[in-house]
Amino acid sequence: MGSIQLKSVTKTFGPVSVINGVDMNIQDGEFAVFVGPSGCGKSTLLRLIAGLEDVTTGQVLIDGQDMTQVGPSKRGLAMVFQSYALYPHMSVRGNIAFALKMAGEKADVIEQKVRKAAGTLNLTDYLDRKPRQLSGGQRQRVAIGRAIVREPKAFLFDEPLSNLDAALRVQMRVEIGELHNALKTTMIYVTHDQVEAMTMADKIVVLDRGSVAQIGTPLELYNRPNGLFVASFIGSPTMNLVRGAPAAKRGAATIGIRPEHADISTTAGEWPAVVRLAEHLGSDTFVHADAAGIGPLTIRLEGEAPLKPDQTIYVTPREAHLHKFDQEGRRIN
Amino acid sequence: MAMKQSIQKRAGVTVLAWVVAFLIFFPILWTFLTSFKSELDAIAMPPKFVFFNWTLENYAEVQERSNYLKFAFNSIVLSIGANLIGLLIAVPAAWSMAFAPGKRTKDLLMWMLSTKMMPAVGVLVPIYLLFKNLGLLDSLLGIGLVLMLLNLPLLIWMLYTYFKEIPVDILEAGRMDGASLFNEIIYILTPMSVPGIASTMLLAIILSWNEAFWTLNLATSNAAPLTAFIASYSAPEGFFWAKLSAASTLAIAPILILGWFSQKQLVRGLTFGAVK
Repeated sequence: MGSIQLKSVTKTFGPVSVINGVDMNIQDGEFAVFVGPSGCGKSTLLRLIAGLEDVTTGQVLIDGQDMTQVGPSKRGLAMVFQSYALYPHMSVRGNIAFALKMAGEKADVIEQKVRKAAGTLNLTDYLDRKPRQLSGGQRQRVAIGRAIVREPKAFLFDEPLSNLDAALRVQMRVEIGELHNALKTTMIYVTHDQVEAMTMADKIVVLDRGSVAQIGTPLELYNRPNGLFVASFIGSPTMNLVRGAPAAKRGAATIGIRPEHADISTTAGEWPAVVRLAEHLGSDTFVHADAAGIGPLTIRLEGEAPLKPDQTIYVTPREAHLHKFDQEGRRIN
Repeated sequence: MAMKQSIQKRAGVTVLAWVVAFLIFFPILWTFLTSFKSELDAIAMPPKFVFFNWTLENYAEVQERSNYLKFAFNSIVLSIGANLIGLLIAVPAAWSMAFAPGKRTKDLLMWMLSTKMMPAVGVLVPIYLLFKNLGLLDSLLGIGLVLMLLNLPLLIWMLYTYFKEIPVDILEAGRMDGASLFNEIIYILTPMSVPGIASTMLLAIILSWNEAFWTLNLATSNAAPLTAFIASYSAPEGFFWAKLSAASTLAIAPILILGWFSQKQLVRGLTFGAVK
């Protein structure tokens, strides 16, 4: 079991309010991702759940029990830190075994559990090494091993992949996803990388300046963002936002068009535009163009498109996929 | 050309370093040499450097007149014991200041440092009277207590500086792993800080070993350490330089040897915070 519930949680550091009344429900076994730009309070929220910070007001419930006043060591959660935070003076074995030792497990049980965790994470050959003798990816695995060996109610990941290089990040992303499938334990994962959020999450919590902007599945957020913030944060390349006359014509203050939801023609269309750059990725082509009176647009075309800079094109949005927002930036369609 | 200049510069700096080192070392060398002279040679003018009749008679007499081992034993017990007890207080104190600072932590640290600037003689009378009434005069417990308190600000400051360099994530990981505060300090913080604690202890032990003001004023015989042993050779009738030197050499030898073998840790201790 590992359901986590937040009720009107706030956190202030002196006069600065970091979390402004967050409510959320994370079901047992769910993979939830907190995502948002830096400074949105996502790491603070994770630390409040962990108990490493005290909430100012509100409640943190784990499996329905109020844990607001309970210390981090007694919440039954495991955390993987951005800096790995391995114990440098202990071997890999010592690192993984530490929580079990603290829990007063017998030596033979500890050894058996450590071996099992090390086997899962391909660390068996490194059990006697010190953290400084390991590579970044191996250290990250030890940090994960330290978490799984305790069989916690939930795993908390605080930007665990941001210190790894791009290739390793993709590999570890897959490994964490597989781990979730194998363990079926609740995981909460903090990242500023919306690609990580989209690919890993069952449920994404988008945070904006200490408040929840939207909670939903990756596709819900992609297809029906509830406001301009989520619309522009989720998706890469980002959604094209158009204000002024074209929006007014459709009864909105702002309209949003995903890069793949527009058609390009060299002869006729709604908005004339000049190509600035065409990025040829093979599978796709990203066209960056300047539309007169509208501004820069990014359009994604499948396959190859023979477009060159300074060429004039016509862009037509697909009406069925338009996102409409009002004056305050809220979704209206 | 530039290369030549740099070699000259380096040679200059090297010579200067040797001269400074020699100047600092000279009094110890002179004491050592004098301890092997007869009393007459010791005060000879012009001074005799190495061409005199080397003799061990001073050491023999010092052995006969006073019980060196007893003083040495007191010095060891006091300097190590006092600082071990100090460490038991300083580690938790430095933990709280480094990882759970309050509004007044900085003020508290500065206040602790400021006590080191107070002339010790200013509180001699009240402390002497306190010790007299409590029956602590000339007791290892009493002297140990004073030496511990004298070094406590230094111990806390040095450990505080060292702990500040430890990433707080690691301690938080310990908390998430179920470690209580006590276990966090015993299993994570202390083992990670062994080099820092070692160099702090080393410096503190040397300071306690050399501490003369309080040991001379509060101890006479039972708890008297080697400082009192040296002082006992400056009699009212005048100085017997050769014997005094022999006593001094015996008194400083243990700590000099300890310092020699732990130079690296000592340098680390003395330059705490200065270099990262």
